[in-house]
Amino acid sequence: MTTATTTTYIGTRLQRKEDPRLITGSGLFTDDVTLPGMVYVSLVRSPHAHARIRRIDTSAATKEPGVVAVLTGKDLEATGVLPVFISVPKQSTSKHMPIATDKVRYAGDAVAAVVAETRDAAKRAADAVTVDYEPLPVVVDATKALEPGAPIVNEELGTNLVFTYPVKGGDIDKAFGDAEVKVSLHLVNQRLIANAMEPRSAAAKFEAGELTLWSTTQIPHFVQLIASLNLGLSQNKVRVIAPEVGGGFGSKLQVYAEELLVGHLAKTLGRPVKWTEERREGYLATVHGRDLVGDIEVAAKRDGTILGVRIRTVANMGAYLQAFAPVSATILHAFIIPGPYIIPAFDIEIRGAYTNTTPVDAYRGAGRPEAIYAMERAIDRLADEIGMDPAEVRRKNFIPPDAFPFNTITGITYDSGNYAPALDRALAMADYKGFEKRRAESKGRGNYRGIGISSYVEICGLAPSKANSALGVGWGGYESARIRVHPTGAVQVFTGTSPHGQGHETSWSQIAADALGISPNDIEVRHGDTFESPGMGVGTFGSRSLPVGGIAVHKAAEKIREKVIQIGAHLLEASPDDVVIEGGKVFVKGVPEKAKNFGDVSMAAYVANNLPAGMEPGLEATVYYDPPNFTFPFGTHVAEVEIDGETGAVELVRYSACDDCGRQINPMIVEGQLHGGIAQGIGQALYEGAVYDDNGQLLSGSMMEYHVPTAEDVPAFKLDHTVTLTKTNPLGVKGVGEAGTIGSTPAVVNAVIDALSPLGIKHLDMPLTPEKIWRATLKSKGEGKR
Amino acid sequence: MAQAITVTVNGTKRTKDVEPSQLLVELLRDTLGLTGTHVGCDTSQCGACTVLVDGRATKSCTILAVQTDGAEVVTVEGLAKNGELHPVQRAFASEHALQCGFCTPGLMITAVDFLARNASPSDAEIRHAIEGNLCRCTGYHNIVNAIRSAAAMMTMSAQSKVAAEVKR
Ligand code: FES
Ligand code: FES
Repeated sequence: MTTATTTTYIGTRLQRKEDPRLITGSGLFTDDVTLPGMVYVSLVRSPHAHARIRRIDTSAATKEPGVVAVLTGKDLEATGVLPVFISVPKQSTSKHMPIATDKVRYAGDAVAAVVAETRDAAKRAADAVTVDYEPLPVVVDATKALEPGAPIVNEELGTNLVFTYPVKGGDIDKAFGDAEVKVSLHLVNQRLIANAMEPRSAAAKFEAGELTLWSTTQIPHFVQLIASLNLGLSQNKVRVIAPEVGGGFGSKLQVYAEELLVGHLAKTLGRPVKWTEERREGYLATVHGRDLVGDIEVAAKRDGTILGVRIRTVANMGAYLQAFAPVSATILHAFIIPGPYIIPAFDIEIRGAYTNTTPVDAYRGAGRPEAIYAMERAIDRLADEIGMDPAEVRRKNFIPPDAFPFNTITGITYDSGNYAPALDRALAMADYKGFEKRRAESKGRGNYRGIGISSYVEICGLAPSKANSALGVGWGGYESARIRVHPTGAVQVFTGTSPHGQGHETSWSQIAADALGISPNDIEVRHGDTFESPGMGVGTFGSRSLPVGGIAVHKAAEKIREKVIQIGAHLLEASPDDVVIEGGKVFVKGVPEKAKNFGDVSMAAYVANNLPAGMEPGLEATVYYDPPNFTFPFGTHVAEVEIDGETGAVELVRYSACDDCGRQINPMIVEGQLHGGIAQGIGQALYEGAVYDDNGQLLSGSMMEYHVPTAEDVPAFKLDHTVTLTKTNPLGVKGVGEAGTIGSTPAVVNAVIDALSPLGIKHLDMPLTPEKIWRATLKSKGEGKR
Repeated sequence: MAQAITVTVNGTKRTKDVEPSQLLVELLRDTLGLTGTHVGCDTSQCGACTVLVDGRATKSCTILAVQTDGAEVVTVEGLAKNGELHPVQRAFASEHALQCGFCTPGLMITAVDFLARNASPSDAEIRHAIEGNLCRCTGYHNIVNAIRSAAAMMTMSAQSKVAAEVKR
C-alpha cells in the first residue's frame, strides 16, 4: 500500500473550520434545542450529605401549575444502574441509581424529578416536594473514611474501601537502605471542579419508536449504548447527538443520570424533554476531580541520583463510583509517577475511599497531574536538601535519549523521548541564568521572587485494547473513522471522536487532505452523531483523539487513496505504482498535463462500468484503529513568580514552556491546547479548590466561592517546542490536550516555594492563596525571632 | 402580569409580552430564539450572556427584560453587518481565540464595547476589560491577541476611511 508521506497541510496553521458558526452565534448547543411541546425537568436534590429517605411527599408538587409529572427513585428503577466501565482488582463497586431510593449519600444526590411545562414551573414545583430525611453521620475526609468505625457510605459493600492499588518495581528497601539522603513530603492534591463554561444539559424526543437524545457529552456512543440497554430500546432506535459542546475537561466523560432520565421521560410521556443544569447545581452534581492526599519519600545519593520512590496515597472517590473513576487515581497516576527520570526502585500503594461527597472522576489530566505534581515537588525538595540546582537534579536523572524505547520501573514502555533539549529551551526562554539578579531586585522591593521548574512525561493515546483489558478497563481503546467520497468527489469524514473545543474538524481534514492529495476545504468532518458515525466511537478524552482517532482518519484516507490510485491508473492506462494524487489531480508522475480530476475518479468508482477487473464499486472506507502502544509526550515548564511581601499575593511574572507532542498537525491548535491547559494548571496551583465542611456541605458551591481564573489571573505564555516523533503510529503524533495542565501546576508551586524558601518554608499545599502565604510568612518570621 | 415592551434587537424593532420576572437573556433565547447568547452561571460571574444594551456590554442574566423597553440590544447574531464580519469576529477566528466557543459571544461583545471606548489598549487594559468574562478553554492568551489585533484592524479601517474622505 502506498503511504502518504506528503505534509502539505499537516503542520500548517490552518484556520479552524468550526469558527464561522461559533463566532456568529449559529452553533447549536444542547440547551439551544427547543422543540414544540417540550417539557422541562428540575431535580430535587438532597441538602444532606448522608441521610436515610423516610418518605417523599410529592402531592403538593403535583398540584403546582404546569406540572406534568413528579417522579421519585422508585419510578425510575427501570432506568437501571449508572455504569462503571472500570474494574481494578478487588474493586468494591457502588450501586448508583439515577435517583436515590433508600438513602442519599452526598449533598446534591437527586431524590425526585419534576417535569413541567416551563423551566420556572418545574423549579417551583421542585421546591414543593417535601422529603423526610433521617440524617446519618457524615464522613468527608477520605483517610477518615478508611478508619474503623467510620460511617459507611454504601452499606451493601460493608466498607468504604474502593480498592487498594499497588505498583512495585526494583528493591525499594535496598534503595532506602543505601540512601545518602532521604526526603519526604505530605501532599494534598486538592479537589477541583471542572467548570466547563457550558453547563451540562440533555434533551430528548421520542418519535416513531426512535429516541433522539442531545447531550453535552464527550462520549456520545457510550451514552447511546447505555441508554439503549437501560431504557430497553434497540440500539438502532437510539440516536445520541453531541452537538456543540462547551468544554468538558472530563466532567462530561460520563453517562449521567439526567441523560437516562430525559430519555426515559421522552419515551414515557411522549413529549420532548429538556434538562439543563444550573451552575450551582453543577457544583454539586457534576463530577469533581483530583482529591488525593499522600506521602512521597525519595531515596537519593548526595549527588542527586535518585535511588527509589515510595508513595502512599488515599484517593477520595466521593459517594459513588463514576464511569471511569478508578482509572485516574490508579492506572493513569501510578504508572507515570517516574516521569522523565530513571527510578531504580518504586513502591506505590493507592487506596480509594467512598465519602459523603460529590463523586470524583477524570478532570483534565486525570491522574497524571497528580503524579507529576508529587514527583516534581519531591525533586525540588531533594534539590533543596542537597543544595543542588533543581534543573541539574532533573537533568542528572533524565532517561538518556539513546535509551528509548524505555521500559520503566512501573512496567510500561515509553515510545520516544529526548528530555534535555526541552529543559534547555524552557530554561533559556525563562532566562534562568539571570534569575538571581531578578530575585535580588524583588527583595529590594520587599517582595519574594521564585522560579520553578517542572519536567513531565504523560501517557496519551488511550489505549491499546489489550492493555485496557489487562488494566481492568472494560472496553477497548480503539477509535473509528469512516470516509465517504461522493460520486462528485465531495468528501465526508465521520469520526468516532467527539470534540468539544479541540478543533477536530480542522485537524482531521488536514490529515485526510494530505493522504488524499486534495484540499482540506474540500473535506467535511462530521462528529458527535451516533446515526452518522461508524458503529462505535470511543470518544474524546485523555489526549487520545489525535494519536488514536486522527490515525483512524489517516488510515481510512489511505484506503481511499489506494483505491483512487488503482482506478486512476486504470483510466490513465498506467501502472498504479506510477500514479500520484496532488492538488486534487490524479496523474502519472511527471505527466501532470494528462491528469484526471479527483472527482472524475470518484465518479468512475460509482458509474462502475470501467473499473479494474474485480474491483468493488464505490469509494468509502471504514477503519477501526487500535494503537499498539500508548504515546508519551513530554516537556518542561518554568514559572516565575513575585510574591507581595505585605499581602502574600502571587504574581506570575513569566511563564515559559517547551513541550514535545511529536508531530504537530496544526500548531495553532496545539498552542491553544497548551494555553488552556496551563491556565487550568495555574488555577489549581493558585486559585481553585473545592471545600467541604464536616457535615458534607460544599462551601465552594458557586462561581463566587470557587475561583475560576480570569484574564487578569494568568500571564501571557511563552511557548516553544521540540519534535520527537513516535513510532507508535504512522504520523508520529502523541497528543497534547492535557500536557499544559500536567506541566504547569508543579512549576507554579515550585516557584512559590522557591520564593519562600529563604524563610525556611519547605512546602505549602494548594491553592496558594494570598492568605495562606501571608500566614506562612508570618509564622516563619515569628519563628525566626524566637 | 405580562407587559408589552418594545426592544430593538439587532436593528429590528420587536414588541413582546414579557413577565415582570423575565430576564433579558430569557427574552433573547427563549422568546426570540437568539440562542447565540449563552447562560454559563447563576451568579453573574461568567459573562457568557453579555450583550450590548444601548451600546454598553451588559450581562443579560442580570437585567430584566422590562428594563430594556425602548432600548437597543445587539447580540452576537447582530455583530456582522451586511454579511461582513465585525473585525472582532474576524480577529477571534484568525487568532484562534476560541475553542469550544461557548464563552465567545460574550467575550466578543465585551470587546466590541471596550474597543469603542479604547481604540488602542495595552494588554493589561484588555485583560482588565475582559475580567468579567470567563473562558475555561483558551487561557485567554489568544483572546488578548485577538482583541489587540481587532483594535489594529479597526484603527486601520478608520484611518483608510479618513484617507478616502480626504481624497474626495
Ligand atoms: S450567565 Fe453568567 S454572567 Fe450571565
Ligand atoms: S472557548 Fe471554551 S470557554 Fe472559552
